[in-house]
This record gives sequence, structure tokens and C-alpha cells, in this order.
Amino acid sequence: MNKQVTLPSSESVSTSSRTVKMVQAGLAKRYRAEKRFRTLGAAAVLCALAFLAFMFLDILSKGYTAFQRTVVLLDIYVDPDEVHVGNLDRADYQGLVKRSLEKLFPEVEGRQQKRELFSLVSTGAGTVVREKVLEDTSVIGKTLSLWVPASADVDMVVKGHVDRRLPESERRLGDRSLQWLQVLESQGRVAKHWNMAFFTSGDSREPELAGILGATAGSFYTLLVTLALSFPIGVAAAVYLEEFAPKNRWTDILEVNINNLAAVPSIVFGLLGLAVFLSFFGLPRSSPLVGGLVLTLMTLPTIIIAGRASLQAVPPSIRDAALSVGASPMQAVFHHVLPLALPGMLTGTIIGMARALGETAPLLMVGMVAFVVDIPRRFTDPATVLPVQIYLWADSAERAFVERTSAAILVLLAFLIVMNATAVYLRNRFERRW
Amino acid sequence: MSSLVVFCVLLLSATAYALGRRRALRLVGGETHARQLASRPHYYGVYLAMWCALPALLIFFLWILLEPVLLEQWVLRHLPDSYQGLSSDRLSLVLNDIRNLAQGGIVSGQADSAIQAAAEQYKRLQTLARTALWTAVLTFAGLGVQMGYRKISVSFRARNQVEKVLRVFLILASTIAVLTTVGIIFSVLFEAMRFFRLVPWWEFLLGLKWSPQMAIRADQVGASGAFGMIPVFTGTLLIAAIAMAVAVPLGLLSAVYLSEYAPKKARAIVKPILEILAGIPTVVYGFFAALTVGPSIRRVGESLGLSVASESALAAGLVMGIMIVPFISSLSDDVITAVPNDLRDGSLALGATRSETVKKVVLPAALPGIVGGVLLGMSRAVGETMIVVMAAGLAANLTLNPLSAVTTVTVQIVTLLVGDQEFDSPKTLAAFALGLVLFVVTLILNIIALYVVRKYREQYE
Repeated sequence: MNKQVTLPSSESVSTSSRTVKMVQAGLAKRYRAEKRFRTLGAAAVLCALAFLAFMFLDILSKGYTAFQRTVVLLDIYVDPDEVHVGNLDRADYQGLVKRSLEKLFPEVEGRQQKRELFSLVSTGAGTVVREKVLEDTSVIGKTLSLWVPASADVDMVVKGHVDRRLPESERRLGDRSLQWLQVLESQGRVAKHWNMAFFTSGDSREPELAGILGATAGSFYTLLVTLALSFPIGVAAAVYLEEFAPKNRWTDILEVNINNLAAVPSIVFGLLGLAVFLSFFGLPRSSPLVGGLVLTLMTLPTIIIAGRASLQAVPPSIRDAALSVGASPMQAVFHHVLPLALPGMLTGTIIGMARALGETAPLLMVGMVAFVVDIPRRFTDPATVLPVQIYLWADSAERAFVERTSAAILVLLAFLIVMNATAVYLRNRFERRW
Repeated sequence: MSSLVVFCVLLLSATAYALGRRRALRLVGGETHARQLASRPHYYGVYLAMWCALPALLIFFLWILLEPVLLEQWVLRHLPDSYQGLSSDRLSLVLNDIRNLAQGGIVSGQADSAIQAAAEQYKRLQTLARTALWTAVLTFAGLGVQMGYRKISVSFRARNQVEKVLRVFLILASTIAVLTTVGIIFSVLFEAMRFFRLVPWWEFLLGLKWSPQMAIRADQVGASGAFGMIPVFTGTLLIAAIAMAVAVPLGLLSAVYLSEYAPKKARAIVKPILEILAGIPTVVYGFFAALTVGPSIRRVGESLGLSVASESALAAGLVMGIMIVPFISSLSDDVITAVPNDLRDGSLALGATRSETVKKVVLPAALPGIVGGVLLGMSRAVGETMIVVMAAGLAANLTLNPLSAVTTVTVQIVTLLVGDQEFDSPKTLAAFALGLVLFVVTLILNIIALYVVRKYREQYE
């Protein structure tokens, strides 16, 4: 009896101890593998985060200086011979600026040298004088002390983006100009002011005068068109598909189709816009209207998908309750289900809008890459949008435009973060668990 | 002025709403007897407002669409005989002059008396058409209200009528998605077919040389144009492959780490940050790739003695890979968390470590979903435009060397279509042929991916 019991058990002990030994022998290796795997995972996450941090810092370090611009203090004599009541708008204000520079450096002779001297200040300096005069005509005949914008090359040197010690051939500002700049600096005539022009002016070929207001206005009008069309249409489509559509082949195809559209490359939507809205309907090129239409078609699938998800989340008991007191299916949906689903739909719409705000490729196709100086005022005016402005500036070779591009990116990212944060806030604030 | 018309119609229909509601209430003798009505009074108002707005707006939009075409036809037909024989290009230039003159703008050449007269005529017609539009719209709004007003009675079921119209609107809204697809297919297909009439399709699909510069004048030298898409397509695949080589391991590992290992708090912070990566506009990535990543790769490469193009496939691919990471990680995260815990518990109970469970149980179970996510990511990489436009170069090299400059389908579409263009040269039409290829390739990837993801989801539900 005893033997019979112990025999198999001793056997099983010996085999299991063999297994245990095998397992234990491999255990250290397996634990190492486990640790390695875990570290690898953490490294992947860190890698993505590090990239994000690096990109932000890189752009920030390139762009933050654009929020200031270099200005030069000049004593400008508003010559009554040059400026009088008859030509306040058209007088040669830039000439006044040049004369004041000549007075500062009387030793400068010759056309070539003078041209170099004049190029220390921006061509926008005259505009500053003009605005001053238009504001108050009593300054005619007096000498004004005005801060006028320096040229982009001077700006870059003052901000330290271009090293003064570089050999002359490697910088845009010549040795002579550099000396003049030093003289001006020693007289305290050079300063860095808050760059308001960056926010209040349109695009320009001169980096020191270029601003983002035109592109921001274009983005605003384009997004307005997109929002006005895509939100009602998207909500209506989601309501129909989720609440009223019969389940048949057609609606199946429709669903696959919508999911597909959400993943079609954006540039293909641009081709559609070019062929249909511009060539076929003949709508005005480069206009926020056409851009908005294209972006509407692009964001619709996103809004429909988000809308359907949030309609699905509303429990059927709500519908049943409405129907049981005599509401029509339409009333049940519009009076009871839709208000409950609306926060979710709004979140989806905001995310869709954020994506539309950052979209570039389809807008290139419908001609929103035009060089537009004026700030658009209507939906049919030629316009450009922020991301396209970034693309255009990124293409310019000048060093000063790198700074503007980075700054414009910072502004765009700020808008996006605000929009996404709103979406997150709305989701948390109105999310309901049933 | 057109927005003024719409505004007027909306104002009128608001009045019609009040009118309809009052009429219904008056029929039964006031608010207190509203129950006698077949529908609630509000619906009678909406009913009348619809009668007012819908026909008027319909007329308005048709008018807006047709007016310019009709007017231009009329003006062109009444030009003197010397203009009738012109080719359509020249004629459209003439028309442009007339239009600009009528608006008081600048003309391309000197305007002769015939064109001056035509511009005057055009201007007169426009004023006339404007008056006619106002009359038509207002008449239709008035007629609509009259029609609707007559139909209102105590037993009239206004709600059903309103809901019918609403339903039509809902159906129309959901067909816009279909119309978009049809529009894409037709616009791309038609132009592509025009292209294939000029360049045979086998040359396009199998040709090894891509140089779309065409001679515009007959005597121009050195530009014959070659439309073989193989180099362009190879470049696209090369960059997409580099991107996927970055995105798949990074995305998958982060998804596994976040869903299986990371503490809840870390996950709650890291996940939204990763989603920020997905929300950054692609121009920003493009700028970063072109100005920071590209030059540093070049510097590193040169210090190793390699020759690196200033715009390399590697720079564009790397940055694009990072862009796709959150996409793949969030999709994989979804499918990994959808794997039931029973499977994990079973594996852990047998003594497997966590990583063994993940590698041998969880990932195989989630594989179809992950494959679907990877395919969707691939389709994004193929269709991505701005990063490659800004960082990958324009030279159509037939190469697999990631350090050289390559071009992609999307880059070529952008460069062919941005700027001045005429729509009958093979150069611009080629962009649509490339667009067709792009659409078909991504469509196939999407369909497979959506099918796989969908099929997999059903398994555990």
C-alpha cells in the first residue's frame, strides 16, 4: 500500500523537479528578456515624446525672436517743400528718411555707398513717417524723432542670427554697413521693439514688413465656410444614417464609402476641387469660398463618423420614452436624442476643424498659394491661409524668413492647441455615462 | 448683393412663420383651443416658412449658377463677325477683357470699339438680370406663401409635411458623401483619360523616365517630356517604406507599453501628448524635416564620408514615420485592449512572463487589427504631401538609396498643378493621371484595412 502510493509520487517529484530545474535554469534569461522588452516599450514612448519636445524647442528657438523687431531712431525733418496738403498721401516719405540718414553720416559719398547706407532701414520706414503725418499734419516743417524698422539684414545681425565676425563674403551685410550699424548702436539709436507689424500686416516680399494678418483672415473665412457647411450637413447625415436609414445594401455601401473618404489623401480632394469647383463651376480661384468647400468635403466624413458614434451612445430608452408618449420618430430624434448627442458631435466637429485649419495640400491645388498682400474682406477675395503662408515663407531663401516661418508656426500651433483643449474640455464637461 | 437676396428671403420666411402660426390658431379660435389642430401650431408656421423659402432659394441658386454662362453666351453671339471665327482660347481672352471692362478694371490689350460696346452691353445686361432676379425671387416667395396659406386648415397635418421635407434634407445630406466620391472618381478619371489620349497608358505605367517638362512653343529646345511613372512610384514607396520602418516598431512598442505596462497615471498623461503629434499640421513637420532633420543627416553623412543629397528620402521618411506613430499606436492600442483578459490570465497562469504573454498570446490575437492599422498608416504615408514637398526633392531618380533625392506622386501633382497652367497640355493632365494612381492605390489599401479591422472586431463581440 505504502509502496504503491510513494512510488508514483516519488516519480512525479523527480520529473517535476526536473521541470522545475529546467524552468529555473531559464528563468534568469526570461526575466532579462522581460526587462528588455519593457525597457524597449518605454524607450519607444520616450523616443516619440523626445521627438515632439525637440521639434517644439527647435521651432521655438528659431521663431521667438520674430516677435521683436529691430528699429532705428531717426530724426526726420518733415520738409514742407516735400510734404504739403495736396500730396499727403503720395509724398516721398522714403526720401525724407534717406535725407535724415545722410545727415547722420555726412561723410558718405557716391551712389553705391549711399545705396548701402539707405538699405540699413526698411522700405517700410517711409510708411511710418506717412502715418505720423496723416495722423497729425501739424508736424509738417518740424523734425520728428521716430523709431523706424531696420532692414531684415540689420535685424538678423542685431538679433545675433548672423555672426558679425564672419568674413564679409558670407554675410549679406557688408563691412561698411556693419560699421555704420555700430555707430548707430553706440549712439543708442538701435533697439528691439515688440513686433506689432507681424500681427497687423499682410504678406510682403520684405521679411521685416511681412505679417500674418492676411493669412489669419484667410484662414478665418475659409474655416467659417467649412464650419457653416460641414456642421449642419454632417449632423444631418449622421442622424439619417444612424436613426432613419433602412439597413440594406445601399446604406452598407454608404458606410464603407464614408469610412473610405476619411482615409483618402487630402491632395485628391484638392484635385476634385480644381476640376469641379474651379473648372466646372468657375468659382473664383484662390478664394476662401472654394478653399472652404474643399475642406468641407474633407472634414464631412470625420464629423459624420463622430456624430454617429455619439448618437449610438444615447441609450434606446430615451427614444422609447419619447415614442411612447406619442412623439413622431422625427420628434424623438430632434427633441430628445440629438440634444444629448450634440456635445459629442461638437467635439468631433472641433477636431475636424482643427485638422482643416492645418491643412495645406488641397488648398495649394485650388490656388491659395498666390502672393496676396491685401487682407481679404470677402469670401471671394483672393486669400491665403496660415499653413500655406508657412509653406510659402519656408520656400524663401532669406534667413529672416526662417524666423517668420517659425513664428507663424508658433501662432498656428497656439490656435490648434486652444481648439484641441476646447474639445477635450467639452468632452470632459458634457460626457455622460449611461 | 447675392447675400442680400438670401437675407431678404430668410426675413420673409420668418414673417411667413408668424403668419402661418397665427392663421392656424385663428382657425380654431386662439391659443386655448390649439388642441383641436391636427398638428401643433408651431408646425403650421414652419410649413408656411418652407413654402416661402424653398422655391425662392431654389430659383436663386439656379439663377446664380446659370446667369454668368447665359450672359456670356449672349454677349459672344452678338460680337461682330470678325470675332466669330476665333479659337476658344482667344475667345475666352476676349470675354475676360469684356468682363474686366464692365467692372471698370484693366484690360490685357487695347480695347477696340466692338469690345467697348460689348462691355457696355454686358453691363446693361447684368443690371437687367439683377432686377429680374429680385423680381423672380420675391414673386416665388410670395406665390409660395399664398399656396401654403390656402392649404392650412384645422385638419391639415402640417407636421407630416414638415417632416417629409426634413427627411429629404437628411437624405440629401448623407448622399453628399457619395457625391464626393463620384466627383473624385469622375474628375480624376476624365482628366486622366484625356491624358491617356496624348500619352499611351502602357508608357505611363511602365516607363522608366519621368520628366514632365514639355516644350510650350514648337521651336523650344531640350524639353520633350517623358511620362513614365515608375521612378515616381518607386520614390513614393521608398519614402513610405522608411516611414513605416520608423512608425511600426515605435508605434507598436508604445502601444504595448502603454496598454500592458504603464501605470494608469503615466498613460493618462502620455496618451494625449502622443495625440498632439497626430494633430500637428504636416507643413510643420515639413518645415522641421527640411530645415533641421535634412541638414543634420547631411552633416552626419558627410562626416562618415557618405554623399548625401541635401533633400534626401531619409529625412522625409524619418519625419513622416514620427508623424504616423500616434496613428498606429492609437489603433493598435484599441485592438490590444480589446483582447479579452481571459487570454492574458490563461497565459500568466501557466507561468509565462508578461512579455511572453504579449508576444505569444496578445499580439497574435490582435494581429489582424494591427495589420489593418499598419495598412491605414501605409495609405497615409503614400498620400502624404507637405512633408515630401518640402523635404524630399523634385528629381525623379530611379533609386533605392535613401540618401539620394527622390520624388513622389504627391510632390509631382503639386509641382505640376501649382502655378500657371493650361488644361490641355499633357503636363497638367499628367497630374490627374498620378492622382488616379494615388486614389486607386490608397483605395485598395483602405478597403483591405477596413475589411480586416471590421472582421477582427466582430470576433470578441
